[in-house]
Amino acid sequence: MTSCTHCNLDIPQGVFIKSEEDQNLQFCCTGCEAAYHVIKGLGLGNYYKRRVLDPNIAALKPEDDVGTIDYQAHAIAETDGTQALYMMVEGMHCAACVWLIETLLQRHEGVTHARLNMSTRRLVVKWQDEKSSANELAGLINGLGYRLVPYDPAALDRVNHEQEKELLRSMAVAGFAAGNVMLFSVSVWAGYFQGMLDVTREMMHWLSALIALPAVVYAGLPFYRSALEALRAQRVNMDVPISLAVILASGMSLYQTIVGAQHAYFDSAVGLLFFLLIGRYLDRRARGRAQSAAERLLALNARSATVIDEEGNRQLLPPSEIKIGMVLLVAPGERVAADGEVIEGTSDLDTSLITGESAPATALPGTGVFAGTNNLSAALKVKITASDKDTLLAEIVRLMEDAEQGRAKYVALADRVAKHYAPVVHTLALFTFLWWFFLGDALWQEALLISVAVLIITCPCALALAVPVVQVIASGRLLKRGIFVKSATALERIAKTDIVVFDKTGTLTLGKPQLVNLGEISQEQLNLAASIAAASKHPLARALCQVAPTVKVAENAQETPGMGMSAGDYKLGKRAWCEVETELKVIGPELWLTGPEIKPVRFVFKDQAREDAQEVVSTLKKQGKRVALLSGDLEPVVHSMVMELGIDDWQAECSPADKVARLAELKRQGFNVLMVGDGLNDAPALAAAHGSISPTTAADVSQTAADLVFQGAKLSPVLEALATAEKADTLVKQNFALTFLYNGLTIPLAVAGYVTPLIAAIAMSASSLVVIGNALRLTKSRKP
Amino acid sequence: MDNLIYLIAAALGLGSLGLLAFLWALKSGQFDDLEGAANRILFDEDDEENNKDP
Repeated sequence: MTSCTHCNLDIPQGVFIKSEEDQNLQFCCTGCEAAYHVIKGLGLGNYYKRRVLDPNIAALKPEDDVGTIDYQAHAIAETDGTQALYMMVEGMHCAACVWLIETLLQRHEGVTHARLNMSTRRLVVKWQDEKSSANELAGLINGLGYRLVPYDPAALDRVNHEQEKELLRSMAVAGFAAGNVMLFSVSVWAGYFQGMLDVTREMMHWLSALIALPAVVYAGLPFYRSALEALRAQRVNMDVPISLAVILASGMSLYQTIVGAQHAYFDSAVGLLFFLLIGRYLDRRARGRAQSAAERLLALNARSATVIDEEGNRQLLPPSEIKIGMVLLVAPGERVAADGEVIEGTSDLDTSLITGESAPATALPGTGVFAGTNNLSAALKVKITASDKDTLLAEIVRLMEDAEQGRAKYVALADRVAKHYAPVVHTLALFTFLWWFFLGDALWQEALLISVAVLIITCPCALALAVPVVQVIASGRLLKRGIFVKSATALERIAKTDIVVFDKTGTLTLGKPQLVNLGEISQEQLNLAASIAAASKHPLARALCQVAPTVKVAENAQETPGMGMSAGDYKLGKRAWCEVETELKVIGPELWLTGPEIKPVRFVFKDQAREDAQEVVSTLKKQGKRVALLSGDLEPVVHSMVMELGIDDWQAECSPADKVARLAELKRQGFNVLMVGDGLNDAPALAAAHGSISPTTAADVSQTAADLVFQGAKLSPVLEALATAEKADTLVKQNFALTFLYNGLTIPLAVAGYVTPLIAAIAMSASSLVVIGNALRLTKSRKP
Repeated sequence: MDNLIYLIAAALGLGSLGLLAFLWALKSGQFDDLEGAANRILFDEDDEENNKDP
């Protein structure tokens, strides 16, 4: 096998396109050849030397059907007379891609600015209006094999980014204060042993106060705000003891400083804030990243729909602006954007995302169509019907909301711990104060000082750091393998999985049919059939062409939607269309080829299992987990799949409600269910299960419902996600154990009044470091 | 004692300079694309000679 010079994919045997001027260049398709010449023509051939391809990212193979987005509609007019377009780039492999895209755009006439952010994959292009157009520029990049999705910069960034920046600013201030106050504290501690003058110590304390107090006020804001909110709602969260400890410690230390006492806890107060802010920032970043990844995936699928108004004008609208009564034009290859009824045209619809059925269905005027179905063979005009409660999509959304309510009750482990922990800490501090004041005959200042020390020592510094650090590392590790963690508690929930429920079409299988009886067909017949099929976008026709990629399109091929193709006297299509009389039973999707001088030939197709499906199923069984299959597809198809993969627990022809009912039954039996599915019909089940995973090829609604989304043609990410979740769960529990062990040792010391500022500072930093160190073990364990 | 006061003032001044520099960098967007900036420097604006093959 040789690989394509541009996209680096293997070139199927015999499909070489060799360049005439240079025999070293070979391409898998004309798209790649064109892309190569564009790059070379601009003198950017260095790109091929510099790039490092990432096998986990889609190859740079230009697609032929990218023309459905109208980029001009998303261009924004700038004040200086230029136009700007904001887009997300999919398919970026390395820094060389950034360089290529930027340079290519900058050398284009009229472009004044082109900048691609490598971390967020966002591209900004600005150009002079009269010299170029958005579609021209986007077409240039699309032609290289990248995919561009326009986005609205105002809507996407604001909230998330602002919060992240605020935390980072607070962290910087707290870090600065902690460092400087610690310097003074070290001198004070050294002074205990070397005999520092009282005056000097007091000066050190005043300086510490000068730095610490403004920092405590500013950097503590995120905590005070959240604590106040919780108190207003008459709840107690982790931020209440944190705020209390920080405020009391600083207030008490200020009082100590004023009266010239020996101990001040400024370093502990600021250090506490600093460590907690680190945890908070990591948490926010991991969540923001997962969110933006999910947004990007959804944006990629959401394409604009063509609406025809009463005068017959066409207009491109985003799916959110489609209203009842509008007429949509759905071109072949496009997705139906909203529920409706066909008013003109006949075509085949791929409904696998909705019903789980692998064979396409015929659509005629009067047929109801659903959002998410794929139009295959001919243009359809669809009138949008009222979004009644009885439309399929509305029903599915309702089921999903019901199911999600159950899940919303799940409380993250950290919050459960905090719920019990916070009152205990408060009671303990209060108890300490009362005990010293009444029984210990201490002055109130002394008693308060000791109870503040208890608050500082018990403050959930390690606790607040323990979970975010593990989660950041775990989701970062999964992200590298193309798995996006969408929900904060997802890993925790799937860690306990003991039964994995799969959907069939699109999940266990790739959702694409493949020819299975190649051996029964002669090469001539195959070439003939493929040449006719090449003119169609029907999935069976595509599958046929895949086996014979070199065949040229038959010139006179014509498609009769819903029936088949014809080319002269030859016919390729359904049994009835080809007028075949045969004894053979239908065993799956099939095509027939008839014509003069040949006996009718049958092509049988099957939606094959993903290549590693069997391995994944058997590994799961080996790990002691149960495996089940719930499919909306017909029984014989499901049965053969079940036999192939060795799944005993299965059910065919399930409606969305059946799936949810089955999951509820499993839950009642005490199982923790992980649902893996992709279809719209799976969405309620995905929301109902304890945890859920979807492939990126899934319907939008399903990706929204799922906790994790994975890329690629393999099923092994399911195993990877489970393993990481279990590992992360263990580490979180270990971290909790470490924290409680530390508290068990230090609380008695604090209550007894032995905790000086030195001990408090050391104990706090040490416990935080131990927890982080333990979490970091996740990066070292088991290489991919 | 006097020296100490000068030294502390100098240390604090330098420290706050660093803090201000960080806040300024944050505000001017220098932390927006950490990966890209590290790699961008490696690519020259050179055109390859056309007789060489990639």
